[in-house]
Parts: sequence; C-alpha cells; structure tokens
Amino acid sequence: MAVKMYSGKEIEVNDEGYFLEPDKWSGEIATEIATEIGIVLTEEHIKVIDFLRNDFKSKGSLPTMRRIKKVGGIQTKDLYRLFPEGPLKKACKIAGLAKPASCI
Amino acid sequence: MKKIVILGAGTAGTMMANHLSRKINHKSWQIIIIDEHQTHYYQPGFLFIPFGTYSKKNVIKKKSKFIPKKVEYISEKIELIEPKKNSIKLQKGNSIEYNVLIVATGCKIVPDEIEGLADENIWHKDAFDFYTIEGALALQKKFENFKGGKLVVHIAEMPIKCPVAPLEFAFLADSFFTKKGIRNDIELTYVTPLSGAFTKQNCSTVLGYLLNEKGIKLVPDFNIEKVDSNAKRIISYDEKEIDFDCLVTIPTNMGDDLIENSDMGDELNFIPTEKHTLQSKNNENIFVIGDATDLPSSKAGSVAHFQAEVLTHNVMNFIRNKPLKPDFDGHANCFIESGFGKAFLIDFNYDVEPVEGKFPFPIIGPMSLLKESRLNHFGKLAFRHIYWNVLLRGLPMPGIPTQMKTWGKKL
Ligand SMILES: Cc1cc2nc3c(=O)[nH]c(=O)nc-3n(C[C@H](O)[C@H](O)[C@H](O)COP(=O)(O)OP(=O)(O)OC[C@H]3O[C@@H](n4cnc5c(N)ncnc54)[C@H](O)[C@@H]3O)c2cc1C
Repeated sequence: MAVKMYSGKEIEVNDEGYFLEPDKWSGEIATEIATEIGIVLTEEHIKVIDFLRNDFKSKGSLPTMRRIKKVGGIQTKDLYRLFPEGPLKKACKIAGLAKPASCI
Repeated sequence: MKKIVILGAGTAGTMMANHLSRKINHKSWQIIIIDEHQTHYYQPGFLFIPFGTYSKKNVIKKKSKFIPKKVEYISEKIELIEPKKNSIKLQKGNSIEYNVLIVATGCKIVPDEIEGLADENIWHKDAFDFYTIEGALALQKKFENFKGGKLVVHIAEMPIKCPVAPLEFAFLADSFFTKKGIRNDIELTYVTPLSGAFTKQNCSTVLGYLLNEKGIKLVPDFNIEKVDSNAKRIISYDEKEIDFDCLVTIPTNMGDDLIENSDMGDELNFIPTEKHTLQSKNNENIFVIGDATDLPSSKAGSVAHFQAEVLTHNVMNFIRNKPLKPDFDGHANCFIESGFGKAFLIDFNYDVEPVEGKFPFPIIGPMSLLKESRLNHFGKLAFRHIYWNVLLRGLPMPGIPTQMKTWGKKL
C-alpha cells in the first residue's frame, strides 16, 4: 500500500498504483493517471471509463471484455487500440478501480 | 397440490430432487424435474477419455436411475421460463405452473463464439474440445495416431466449468506422451487469458512451477480473437499468433439459450444469484444452483454438492415462510491430476485461498492439500464412484463439511 498525490489530493493505492478508494476519483485525476501511463484521453476513452465505473457501481464487480462489448457496446478491437497492451488493466487504472484478475 | 419444479437433471438438479424428496411433505407438494436428455454423463470422466483411461461406457448411466420414485420426471426440452406468470413452457407447447422454481440447467461450450473455430475443415479434426463426449472421443482417436508436433492446450475466456481441467489435461498429456516415448517430439504449450497458470494466486505459483518443470510452455494474457483454420493458427486481439498441429481448446462456456430467451441471464446467460442464499436476484421464488449461476465460486460438481445442502434448507425455509440462511461460503474442493499417477487436492472458498495442509482431518490428513501425492490420484479416481453413489443421491460426503474448515491448514 502507498499514498499518491493526484490533483492535490492524497489517495491510497496498492503497490501497482491501483486505487483503494474509488470514491476519491475524478475526471481530472483520470487525466493525470492517463498521462502517467502514456495515454492521451479522448471521448472514446472516456466512454470506456464511464462504462467501467457505472457497471462496477451497479454490479459490484469489474466487467469482462465480453461484457464491455455486449452491454457497453464497445468492440474488443477498439479497446486494444485505445489502451494498447493490457486494455482492461490500463482502463481500470485510469478509472480508479481495482486491478482486474486478468487483462481479459 | 403445490409444485416445486426443477429445470435440468444434471449433477445439481438430480441432487436437489433427492434432497427435497426426503424432506418434503408429499401430500401437499409435488416435485417435478425436467431434462431434455436421457443420459447422465459423468463429466469429470471426460478428462480421462482422450488418454484411453476411460471409455464411453465408464462415464454414462441412465438419468432416470437417479431420480427418486416420488419425483415426476419429464424428458423434454424446456423452451421458456415466464417468471411473471410463475410458469414454464415445454417444447411441445404445454406449460407447467410452479410455486417454487429451481434452475439447474448448467453451462456448455459454444465454439461458435470464436471466429473460425467451428469451421468444418478443423473442428474435431485438428481442433478439439474435451468438455463434450463427442470431443473427448474424437481426441482419443487423434491421440492414438499422433506422432508429434505442436500441441496447444488453450482456454478461450473465463469463467469455465472445472477451471483446473485444462491444466490437468496438459499434465496428463505430458505424462501420456512420455510413456508413449514421443514426448521429445511434442512441443506442448499452455495458452490462457489469465495472467498466470490459474485463477487463484497461491495455486498459480505452484502450478506455474510445475508447468515449467514438465517442459510445458506457458503463454498468459492471451485473448483470442480468431482461429485461422487453414494455417492452423490461433490469433489474439493484440495480434499474437500461435501455430498448432493439434489444438485442444476450452471454448467460451455459456448458460443455456433458454436463459437468454427468457431474458434472465447476463452476457454469458448466467443467472444473477444471491451469493450466500442461492435465491435468484430478480424473483424471490426462483432459486439457482450449479453451473447456471453467475457466482464467483468455481463451477464444479463438488461446489454443487455444497450448494445443494444449503439450497435444500433454504427452499424448505422459503415454503414455510421462514428467513433464508446465508450459508453458502463458496466452498470448493477439487483434485488436480498432475500426471504420472499423482494429484493435488485444493480446498478454498469465497474468502480463503487454497493453502497447504492436510484434509479433511488436521495433521493426519490423509490427503495433502496443494502437495502432489499418489493418494490424491486415487482420490480423484475414487471420485467417480462417490459421484454416482453418494453425490447424485444427495448423501453427505464422508468427513467433508459444507462449510470450509480452516483447521489443519497453514494460513
Ligand atoms: C471435462 C470436465 C471435467 C470436470 N471435472 C470435474 C471435477 O474433477 N470435479 C468436479 O467437482 N467437477 C468437475 N467438472 C464440473 C462438473 O461436471 C459440473 O460443474 C457439474 O456437472 C455441474 O452440474 P449442473 O447440474 O450445474 O450442470 P449439468 O450437470 O451440466 O446439468 C445441466 C442439465 O440441464 C439440462 N438442460 C440444460 N438446458 C436445458 C433445456 N433447455 N431443456 C431441458 N434440459 C436442459 C442438460 O441436459 C443437463 O442435463 C468437470 C466438467 C468437465 C466438462
């Protein structure tokens, strides 16, 4: 466990930088995390992040890529384009959520 | 007469019919169980068929043998569940109304979910499953004449039933081809969408080590997009490619179409279920058991056994207007075949990871958890007899409690 500063707020993260306090997340923070891992956020990225956060809130678990496709309407190919190399891990990190069990 | 209707007479449905038949007052309640097939397959036995250890006759019996006399057994396909009408529809068009519904329709592989996999020139010719009797038998034939080349064991996506089965398959293949004297001519690769060898971290470390020791190459984080059936190649979304001469895959596992048509499932046709009581989340008189649930517990016969004890209690409480008990803890208990006549035993639940220790009795064991032994292998083989004679009949397994015990384990 560690504490990191994002937009002037102290936030508890695990050893790999995933949020332990999803409620402290904000759009501003998302931009900062994205920059850290080399991604420039676009509307398309934000659509994925919103879906992840809303789905996690209603289901209590992280969605799989199949669910993001079927329920969120986002193609898996697009996920790989937007968040190259381990899309679910990167998207979850930017969305201030826990680390998914697999990148899929 | 009031009715309890059980959908599916597989492992879980059959156990529920036996449990409830012993508990219910048959004067005021009728129990009905429905399944489209007449043959009960011992699915754990499919693992051994490709290696010639079991044949078809070792894994089949008539379903009706295991349904108690006081339970009505209907052999027909179920078309639709209509929760608002408390009714189900059968294929021939007749409907049955219920007071309590138990859904135990399991899950099955759907090769069509992966582009190219079900192509005629490859399916059951160079690409096989061993999760169906047809697949296991076709693979047995293939292995009889297999002279060497690239053998790829592959999982398409999680969750799958019996999540350890593909690993066991890889270990058994290593052992099988070593004994045949052609192991050196075979490049054995294990391809998984997970980040390691198994879903549970502890096991993943031990099992990953074992893969390495047996010369089985591990390819993690592989998210399959399609199969090129002409080139005999699997291709991932991020354009990794793996060639094969023989592919043994676990295609996407999904609940029955019935669940989708009844609009009761998630994106894989699994039914949202309350994780400790097994009541469905959307209808209070519908309960779900076995592989048909969306629970994070393993999809395994041993899990269904533990669930059946809790669910029997809860169905009885429900019809007596008593509160349900949140007693299911995700308990799973699996043997893992590791080849050369040895096996592991793992025991875990929603909260506790598999650990080293002895089971079911502390210290004396007799079976080692997370350690390879001969005795565990015998346990795995004995499971077939326990399955037919104890499990399906809804009898308690000797010495194994429904809830996980932590004594005797190194936590
Ligand atoms: C290769 C393999 C190895 C395994 N190894 C192990 C192991 O070592 N240990 C272990 O504990 N578990 C193991 N399992 C898992 C175990 O077999 C399953 O978890 C268990 O059978 C699940 O029981 P169930 O009743 O939920 O589903 P099933 O037993 O599959 O039963 C579902 C039933 O519903 C019926 N049905 C479905 N839809 C309809 C419909 N629309 N109309 C009518 N009938 C319908 C089907 O015909 C079927 O009979 C293994 C599975 C496989 C495939």
